[in-house]
Amino acid sequence: MSTMPLHTEFDSIEALGAALRQGKVSAVELADSALDAVQARSDLNAFLHVDAELTRAQAQTADALLSQGRGGSLTGIPIAHKDVFVTRGWRTTAASKMLADYTSPFDATVVSLLEQAGAVSLGKLNCDEFAMGSGNENSAFGPARNPWDADAVPGGSSGGSAAAVAAGLVMAATGTDTGGSVRQPAALCGVSGIKPTYGTVSRFGMVAFGSSLDQAGPLARHARDLLELLDPISAFDERDATSLPDCDGAANKPGRVRADFDAARSAQQGGKPLQGLRIGVPAEFFNEGLSPEVAQAVEAALQTYESLGARRVEVSLPRTKLSIPAYYVIAPAEASSNLSRYDGVRYGHRSASYGDLADMTSRSRAEGFGPEVLRRILVGTYVLCHGYYDAYYLQAQRIRRLIAQDFQQAFANHCDVIMGPVTPTVAKRIGENRDDPTADWLADVYTLGVSLAGLPAMSIPCGFSGSAKPLPIGLQLIGNYFREGQLLAIADRFQQATDWHQRKPEQQ
Amino acid sequence: MEWEIVIGLETHTQLATESKIFSNSSTRFGAAPNTQANEVDMALPGSLPVLNRGAVECAIRFGLAIGAHIAPRSVFARKNYFYPDLPKNYQISQFELPVVQGGSLRFFVGDQEHTVNLTRAHLEEDAGKSLHENFTGPHGESSTGIDLNRAGTPLLEIVSEPEMRSAAEAVAYARALHALVVWLGICDGNMQEGSFRCDANVSVRPKGQAEFGTRCEIKNLNSFRFLERAIQYEARRQIELIEDGGTVRQETRLYDADRDETRSMRSKEDSDDYRYFPDPDLPPLAITAGWVERIKAELPELPDAKRRRFETELGLTAYDAAQLTMDRAYADYFEQAAAQLPQGQAKLAANWILGELSATLNRDEIDIAQSRVTPAALTALIARIIDGTVSNKIARDVFGAMWAGEQDGNPDAIIEARGLKQISDSGAIGAMIDEVLAANPAIVEQYRAGKDKAFNSLVGQIMKAAKGKANPQQVNQLLKEKLS
Repeated sequence: MSTMPLHTEFDSIEALGAALRQGKVSAVELADSALDAVQARSDLNAFLHVDAELTRAQAQTADALLSQGRGGSLTGIPIAHKDVFVTRGWRTTAASKMLADYTSPFDATVVSLLEQAGAVSLGKLNCDEFAMGSGNENSAFGPARNPWDADAVPGGSSGGSAAAVAAGLVMAATGTDTGGSVRQPAALCGVSGIKPTYGTVSRFGMVAFGSSLDQAGPLARHARDLLELLDPISAFDERDATSLPDCDGAANKPGRVRADFDAARSAQQGGKPLQGLRIGVPAEFFNEGLSPEVAQAVEAALQTYESLGARRVEVSLPRTKLSIPAYYVIAPAEASSNLSRYDGVRYGHRSASYGDLADMTSRSRAEGFGPEVLRRILVGTYVLCHGYYDAYYLQAQRIRRLIAQDFQQAFANHCDVIMGPVTPTVAKRIGENRDDPTADWLADVYTLGVSLAGLPAMSIPCGFSGSAKPLPIGLQLIGNYFREGQLLAIADRFQQATDWHQRKPEQQ
Repeated sequence: MEWEIVIGLETHTQLATESKIFSNSSTRFGAAPNTQANEVDMALPGSLPVLNRGAVECAIRFGLAIGAHIAPRSVFARKNYFYPDLPKNYQISQFELPVVQGGSLRFFVGDQEHTVNLTRAHLEEDAGKSLHENFTGPHGESSTGIDLNRAGTPLLEIVSEPEMRSAAEAVAYARALHALVVWLGICDGNMQEGSFRCDANVSVRPKGQAEFGTRCEIKNLNSFRFLERAIQYEARRQIELIEDGGTVRQETRLYDADRDETRSMRSKEDSDDYRYFPDPDLPPLAITAGWVERIKAELPELPDAKRRRFETELGLTAYDAAQLTMDRAYADYFEQAAAQLPQGQAKLAANWILGELSATLNRDEIDIAQSRVTPAALTALIARIIDGTVSNKIARDVFGAMWAGEQDGNPDAIIEARGLKQISDSGAIGAMIDEVLAANPAIVEQYRAGKDKAFNSLVGQIMKAAKGKANPQQVNQLLKEKLS
């Protein structure tokens, strides 16, 4: 495959890093071939902003460091950022007309940390507008497409991130997860993704959607590559007041996740490496809404885990269904306030014609925001109104606490990790739910609880649909707070035993 | 009918921190527009607020000074409303759980001591400013500009209970509050620059009625005079309205100083629904007992305690003690002066500071901290009064010369150079009396005929002959002896 970029010849970031350090391949060569591939696959609409010069400059810096033997774990590795991370170099639009021409005067913490680690960015990735959506159809710049089937959605909101990784355009990508926006597109595109514990990765420089839920996380082909990205970005940041200085006794800094991963991996020995691992399987995740093919693939994955020595236990997360109304009160409430800064006064879209100041603001917002964003602002404004606040917002917060307690019950008494499906079905067709905007909301049922509880969770490929164009299916792994390293190690063990993550979509 | 006025005040106090409450931009006043606004103050995408602990310390200091409960856990909330000078279109404030709860303030109205209870004091951020006048847009067109230098300046909003019953009482409360926050060093107190602004809630009710009347809120009163006049006007307006058969509508009003009246700004019905909710960007503010203790230990002696000490230990009248403790710089000056005077003579220092010094400072518009007469120099002058070197009257002239910098402000050198030393030699005084008596036989006659006033006239003549330097007690005594 002539248009596949050079880095796809390497199985892992570790292997590619070794080749870079040994001088077998240069960062500039990698960047050039990846830039070519990005251009060749513009049909995917995965990238919103590309700047070859910026990318090449980063690659040259990487090569200079490598030639001096000063390369780090990510030096020269081609990645890309979801377009909700602000960047000085590339525009940051959050896939919205509102910010169509916006360039940030500063970089997000996640962006700077990955740049410091040597990663070379290919640009900014498509997503749902302001990260609101689960199909990447809510982008003001058109939908991104699923590399497995161009008529299917890549998932969302980090759809461009998942599509770019699945198509091999980058080794890894950043994403953000507010209610499933890393895990769900990872599942639908057949790649791996992790949302870490809330507070472990800085939100500074992330365009805010639901502040109490937003958390950055990487997408890559497999767990080992996720580790390479997650470890350097898991760090306390004094510019984010919700950033945690401490993770259950360990300082929140690079090296923590890797140390936990290494410890967990070295404990996995022999033919039954996961002996003693208790996998909680919530009955509520296998309800009537779950499609048989997803159920089958997840069941098969659980059996694989059993063959590796793990034990399956039934757990109950009785309020799983309530996570939908709770989330769709809290996230829009926060969003309605977070997005009020986009008023056409200081930056961003300003209507061409208006009367007074109030008119300028309302016209600019009506024109600048897409329908899903407007819908959520409306819902969020409503639930915070005097007289409705107790019934909606406070009630949702109560449910949120109960949902977090349910998870703690399960971890305290029954299991070490919880597993289940990520999505009820494989990727839907683009435009399928156009007339029923809340249908997508209901499909978030397996991912929302984790976000409300602030727990770490990931998605790894575990099978395909039986359709003419097979579509990927994901397995969700949920850990207790700060167990990112352990989760990645458990996922890695599965990926040692299976090859779902190695499947590549045929180029169409 | 007799009416009672009910007043509660909400005071926005700008806290004297170096940087803003949620960003590290400077809070300095008067910089070129938008030069002190960073990504947080401009509400750029991806920016996040981080709490300035210095602002919290100011709030704790205030809470301790008024005997309030310092909440171990308080919550920042978003107050949502659209306004161009509010860059996020929400203000970070505190709503349900403020940092300072309760407390009270004691102050004097004339010589009457009053106590007003406080409801709460909470931390919040200030907004920016709209520039309407003389502002041109990028293409030279007349436009409105936004200056975000003030956006994010820390405010402590101090809310009183509706316990004041007159404009005079409200002003006395506001003055005492102003004095306290300046005393504590948490506010520069500059009202022209908006560092201390009051909103007044005013209602009226028939005297004796238990329920409150409908209140109106008068916004942004940035001088004590405006506060007083706005309350007076508003109370009169409400009383007249009710007496004419009307009803007071709950609303927000603005005071127009030029026309000395309040005008309706918006009614309660069309006021915003602020949609308060806890700010998810800021964890609840936790204040440990240790933190409060540390601040308590660093707290200066408070005006109330100082006032009582001035009365009991230094023998000042309640009024003088209250006057001297309205301003920490005055109290400090007084204490430095009193410390160098003999036991029981502090009263003299108080008289001089509240009299001559204060008048001179006012005349020349100088702060007491910059006084041209130092506490040590004033004490040296007072010592010359006590030891009889100069009279009180002559001492005023000496003070004037000290203020002007004569003889490097040294009172002894001035007395010497000007020959102001009091004549206490009875022989010399006696000789002067004899001369005056001899020259004024008619007045002597009047005195002997029983006209007491004639005595004063003779004293005046003698003092004149002595150029004011004769010891007045001695003059009195010797004159009486000679006339008897």
